[in-house]
Amino acid sequence: MTVPKEMPEKWARAGAPPSWSRKKPSWGTEEERRARANDREYNEKFQYASNCIKTSKYNILTFLPVNLFEQFQEVANTYFLFLLILQLIPQVSSLSWFTTIVPLVLVLAITAVKDATDDYFRHKSDNQVNNRQSQVLIRGSLQQEPWMNVCVGDIIKLENNQFVAADLLLLSSSEPHGLCYIETAELDGETNMKVRQAIPVTSELGDISRLAKFDGEVVCEPPNNKLDRFSGTLYWKESKIPLSNQNMLLRGCVLRNTEWCFGLVVFAGPDTKLMQNSGRTKFKRTSIDRLMNTLVLWIFGFLVCMGVILAIGNAIWEHEVGTRFQAYLPWDEAVDSAFFSGFLSFWSYIIILNTVVPISLYVSVEVIRLGHSYFINWDKKMFCAKKRTPAEARTTTLSEELGQVEYVFSDKTGTLTQNIMVFSKCSVSGRSYGDVFDVLGHKAELGERPEPVDFSFNPLADKKFVFWDPSLLEAVKTGDPHAHEFFRLLSLCHTVMSEEKNEGELYYKAQSPDEGALVTAARNFGFVFRSRTPKTITVHEMGTAVTYQLLAILDFNNIRKRMSVIVRNPEGRIRLYCKGADTILLDRLHPSPQELLSTTTDHLNEYAGEGLRTLVLAYKDLDEEYYGGWAQRRLQASLAQDSREDRLASVYEEVESDMVLLGATAIEDKLQQGVPETIALLTLANIKIWVLTGDKQETAVNIGYSCKMLTDDMTEVFIVTGHTVLEVREELRKAREKMLDSPHAVGNGFTCPEKRPSAKLPSVLEAVAGEYALVISGHSLAHALEADMELEFLETACACRAVICCRVTPLQKAQVVELVKKHKKAVTLAIGDGANDVSMIKTAHIGVGISGQEGIQAVLASDYAFSQFKFLQRLLLVHGRWSYLRMCKFLCYFFYKNFAFTMVHFWFGFFCGFSAQTVYDQYFITLYNIVYTSLPVLAMGVFDQGIYTSVLTFFIPYGVFAEATRDDGSQLADYQSFAVTVATSLVIVVSVQIGLDTGYWTAINHFFIWGSLAVYFAILFAMHSNGLFDMFPNQFRFVGNAQNTLAQPTVWLTIALTTAVCVMPVVAFRFLKLSLKPGLSDTVRYSQLVRKKQKAQHRCLRRVGRTSSRRSGYAFSHQEGFGELIMSGKNMRLSSLALAGFTTRSSSSWLESLRRKKSDSAGSPSAGPDKPLKG
Amino acid sequence: MAMNYNAKDEVDGGPQCPPGGTAKNRRPDNTAFKQQRLPAWQPILTAGTVLPTFFIIGLIFIPIGIGIFVTSNNIREIEGNVFMYYGLSNFYQNHRRYVKSRDDSQLNGDSSALLNPSKECEPYRRNEDKPIAPCGAIANSMFNDTLELFLVGNESYPTPITLKKKGIAWWTDKNVKFRNPSGGESLKERFKGTTKPVNWVKPVYMLDSEPDNNGFINEDFIVWMRTAALPTFRKLYRLIERKSDLHPTLPAGRYYLNITYNYPVHSFDGRKRMILSTISWMGGKNPFLGIAYIAIGSISFLLGVVLLVINHKYRNSSNTADITI
Repeated sequence: MTVPKEMPEKWARAGAPPSWSRKKPSWGTEEERRARANDREYNEKFQYASNCIKTSKYNILTFLPVNLFEQFQEVANTYFLFLLILQLIPQVSSLSWFTTIVPLVLVLAITAVKDATDDYFRHKSDNQVNNRQSQVLIRGSLQQEPWMNVCVGDIIKLENNQFVAADLLLLSSSEPHGLCYIETAELDGETNMKVRQAIPVTSELGDISRLAKFDGEVVCEPPNNKLDRFSGTLYWKESKIPLSNQNMLLRGCVLRNTEWCFGLVVFAGPDTKLMQNSGRTKFKRTSIDRLMNTLVLWIFGFLVCMGVILAIGNAIWEHEVGTRFQAYLPWDEAVDSAFFSGFLSFWSYIIILNTVVPISLYVSVEVIRLGHSYFINWDKKMFCAKKRTPAEARTTTLSEELGQVEYVFSDKTGTLTQNIMVFSKCSVSGRSYGDVFDVLGHKAELGERPEPVDFSFNPLADKKFVFWDPSLLEAVKTGDPHAHEFFRLLSLCHTVMSEEKNEGELYYKAQSPDEGALVTAARNFGFVFRSRTPKTITVHEMGTAVTYQLLAILDFNNIRKRMSVIVRNPEGRIRLYCKGADTILLDRLHPSPQELLSTTTDHLNEYAGEGLRTLVLAYKDLDEEYYGGWAQRRLQASLAQDSREDRLASVYEEVESDMVLLGATAIEDKLQQGVPETIALLTLANIKIWVLTGDKQETAVNIGYSCKMLTDDMTEVFIVTGHTVLEVREELRKAREKMLDSPHAVGNGFTCPEKRPSAKLPSVLEAVAGEYALVISGHSLAHALEADMELEFLETACACRAVICCRVTPLQKAQVVELVKKHKKAVTLAIGDGANDVSMIKTAHIGVGISGQEGIQAVLASDYAFSQFKFLQRLLLVHGRWSYLRMCKFLCYFFYKNFAFTMVHFWFGFFCGFSAQTVYDQYFITLYNIVYTSLPVLAMGVFDQGIYTSVLTFFIPYGVFAEATRDDGSQLADYQSFAVTVATSLVIVVSVQIGLDTGYWTAINHFFIWGSLAVYFAILFAMHSNGLFDMFPNQFRFVGNAQNTLAQPTVWLTIALTTAVCVMPVVAFRFLKLSLKPGLSDTVRYSQLVRKKQKAQHRCLRRVGRTSSRRSGYAFSHQEGFGELIMSGKNMRLSSLALAGFTTRSSSSWLESLRRKKSDSAGSPSAGPDKPLKG
Repeated sequence: MAMNYNAKDEVDGGPQCPPGGTAKNRRPDNTAFKQQRLPAWQPILTAGTVLPTFFIIGLIFIPIGIGIFVTSNNIREIEGNVFMYYGLSNFYQNHRRYVKSRDDSQLNGDSSALLNPSKECEPYRRNEDKPIAPCGAIANSMFNDTLELFLVGNESYPTPITLKKKGIAWWTDKNVKFRNPSGGESLKERFKGTTKPVNWVKPVYMLDSEPDNNGFINEDFIVWMRTAALPTFRKLYRLIERKSDLHPTLPAGRYYLNITYNYPVHSFDGRKRMILSTISWMGGKNPFLGIAYIAIGSISFLLGVVLLVINHKYRNSSNTADITI
């Protein structure tokens, strides 16, 4: 895991061309990349990866050898191969070779088929991606080519809403100044649009003929996984132009609001930043797998012990008895001593006793998991009707692990939230709108709502906008001046761009969804923002077009947390409209209407309590003189050479004071359905939830509150935003100290010594009783994840009830998951929807992808996919729990069954001269597990119980048979009859045992249990039939045995006795356990009780809103710089500029300042569009 | 709540559905099986079910045990057909190498196997370059003592008891599993080209004078070939049929057993036995089963009582404990 250490230099580097010598071979073989545009021959020299993506493993030819090689890397398979080889040695072979080869071939075949189908789907999805069409400029004309044929150095054309095919250097676009907008949700999860700009020299290359002649050469860094940095140089026409990330379009981004653009492919296919970030697919093993492997090892040890005992027995027997028995049974030629015979019999016994861990164990486990994954696929309660997507278990091997998840790592955007901003409520001059009342005046519940407000009076209304409270529209219609001013402000004070393709069809390009929601709300209430030029804004106010003169945009930034516009209305009055975070804005209001202020504050509290993102709106009238003076001061400030930002800020500060409160808005960052409930339930199930998001701290915290991860009841929320190692360490230390100092911590007489070494902190922090939460930002996290601090961080974080990591990179997400996985030894689950979550999804024990969103990368990388976060609850608490219980029961039963089966051989060894003679017919041995493991066994049992059963199933028939004769007088104790009796007893005992352990007797259980008995007898009679014997006399030598033996009443009496003796103690023990201690069913009843309680609590929770803290939403998804962009007119179409007839300022100044702002803010907590990896 | 602004516009560049998703209905079927809502019977071990079970088992097992025990003890009386057994002890007919040392194809009359026996028969596969018929260690070690039973009556010389040779093997063995090779007029010709097992005195086609009890289908041979499960075993040797209902099969008196000793067992500390027994519906004398049934029945009954007491004593407390949780 590499974290870039020298982050701040990225902008500096972008400015200066890299010197040739600076390139170091630190990236592997490729030291630098050179790509010349439109020159495939030249680029081919370097043999760069093509744009073809390959996630599949095999092709038709390599499938068999590679797959077999992989399968034999499994210890189990090799072990069985080894057994097979042992069985081929005649002196050792105690069982025919087919007893092993049949299951082995079966297992290999099933696995191979599964791998083949998996790989087929991978091929298919690869093909689908590789065959997406893109327009490539070849020999002067645009040609449709599939993605995979795109090469480094090609120039390709992208159109609006298309995915970027490879990492491109932006050359030119349809927008002025080579601007282009992209959405990087697939890469980093942020959905606000970002601007990329072509370097000036290429931005004029708008038409194909000029592009075809472009022969610049890009020299840049080799492929790497750093999403936010790029350094390179373009050499063209004798000039060197430095390239930065600002000029790059990365694969996985989507082009937005840009008709077309041209780009030069720099990295293709596996070299792209997206693919470099995706990490390698690791085979995930469940803890049951590991447990099973340990168990198998132990059992193998046990098996070796038994083998040794029996081998010693054999050596002694051959020495004492066998030598003298040679007249009837001479030793094999190769055997010359009792010792050697013992040695051989050791291997023979290893073969016989291997049925304790038959290969079918692995198959059965897989089959059960497959079944569970189908149950997940079939679950109607995990089907999302809206998106028509059922849950999908993409991996079949992890189902029982779901029941053991302790940590859930969740993405925010698209996972917890729908990424839909909804204008939900507002407060206009002291009156709150947006609550829905029923006829009696009570707040209406969900589902019993009246009709939404009818906006048909307004032809320009957005059809998708829904509002429930008709009184607001009434107020607007009746001409309430406050309401008018309120919406006027919303329609004027923003940086949204409008686009009107046809008359009346308005499209807004908002850089933050909050702003889009506000402007759309104003639009529907009759204040339609129609169009803007750099100096005007045209608004349709209740049907009449009004054009305001835009005098200034006082842009947003993270310190100001507000934005204002100063406009002159057609009457000539100058007014400042301001919207911003409540905490900031309320201090800048004119204090006179105290009553209004307090009502609005109450409303704000109420909104915040419901988890809404609030904004306060205010205005201020300015007179002409004052404005003139202010504009002068502003101009001076903006021309200042040093501390321009500060001076501008103070100028803004000056005008934004004594404002008049208009009201407040409440925007709902729509959570996915049922998120708070799910989180509360998972928390109750002792599952810790960490939110890892690329989003800003404030947004993340806000969502934390609205989904009830953070509550105001919490003792404290620690926020770690330190920029240096020391700061972070100090903050973490303080957090720990606070937790320990709090009265909660010393709950049960626990006293903590003053100086405790940090290594022992865990024990202390486990005892922390208060509820804490930790919020840590990306750059602090980078320090916290360093080797010497990671444990400290982990312990602090784990003591908190909720952890939110914001502004983290995809890699950091994976690192956090890895950290918990490594040190906590807990099962982790990661859930996310975007490509930025892929590495986290792959790292966690279980990865869950949210399907039904636009991207499929997360789903492709995931183990489970469904469309709603709330399904996690059912996945973990229902399917996971069931799978886990069933798997445990199955394993216990399986080992019980096989111990009972195999140990019979051990006891028989003492009576057959330790000669490794089997008790059963070899077909029974072959089929025992095959027939029996098709059962959905739900059983319990322990090893000693298995041995107990084996003792009984052997010694009772032994006792009976020792002296018995048949009812026709002939001997009963012949080997074959004995074999049939022991086998039948065993099958019946084991079936009764299953019956006892089956908690739920469904038709299927009946079918399998009775069916398996029936199959046993059917096979028994078939194997012992004359027909098979006539064909293969040497293979089916048990001919006639079944009918002869099973016709004996003694045999049935023996079986009945054995069954009764085996089962009686089990029943008695369980009965005692049940009546003395609460058993499983009591636990279930208990947990149901708890669940009911929880539900009751939930309802309470929902009702009780928080009251104390307020959070403003607008600020958080917004970035600064756009105000200036608008005022400069850079992003306006030339036509509209021409109409407006404005002269623009010098072209690069706004961009320069934008860039400067970014480089400044790169060090601050919530920076611009590019997330800092580390401060 | 109101839904009015979606920052994520529909994408037309990429695929809309995850792979496999098409226009078809993807809603999972609402069947009881798929939704894991199958009607189920949930047996719970309660006092009402467990205790009666124990008592019932006790009540059933004890009478059965007594019945078996009595039947088994009555077998002593020599009425009906009497069965004559020979017994061997310390003889490992269940040894792995012994058990596999036979060729069932040969014994089934397969002509190729007759002349080319299976490798499993080694070292009793060939003798002096001739295939052994029947091959293998089992056949080679066939019990060949002759037992004759005489009633020492009032007369001076004992009267021999008729011992029936036939009817001592399973029907399937005699008719299906064992067959003489085909072809040839006489049995001797059919076994042409083979040699007798090393330890045998006579070749296989001279085991008996009667043609339907000679060769591989000789019943003494078949009985021997059905290997015993345990090192101490007995095998049926002869039948003594009841002549009339009026007389006991073997009337009280002195009997004289004549043994032609061919079969050495001293070398491996073996012992031979001769057993005479009648049988009942449940076979020969077998006290173990009866005693076991009585014991288990009693234990079950006792367990029932103990559980009843425990249940009665602790039930209330545990129930209240449940509720307090």
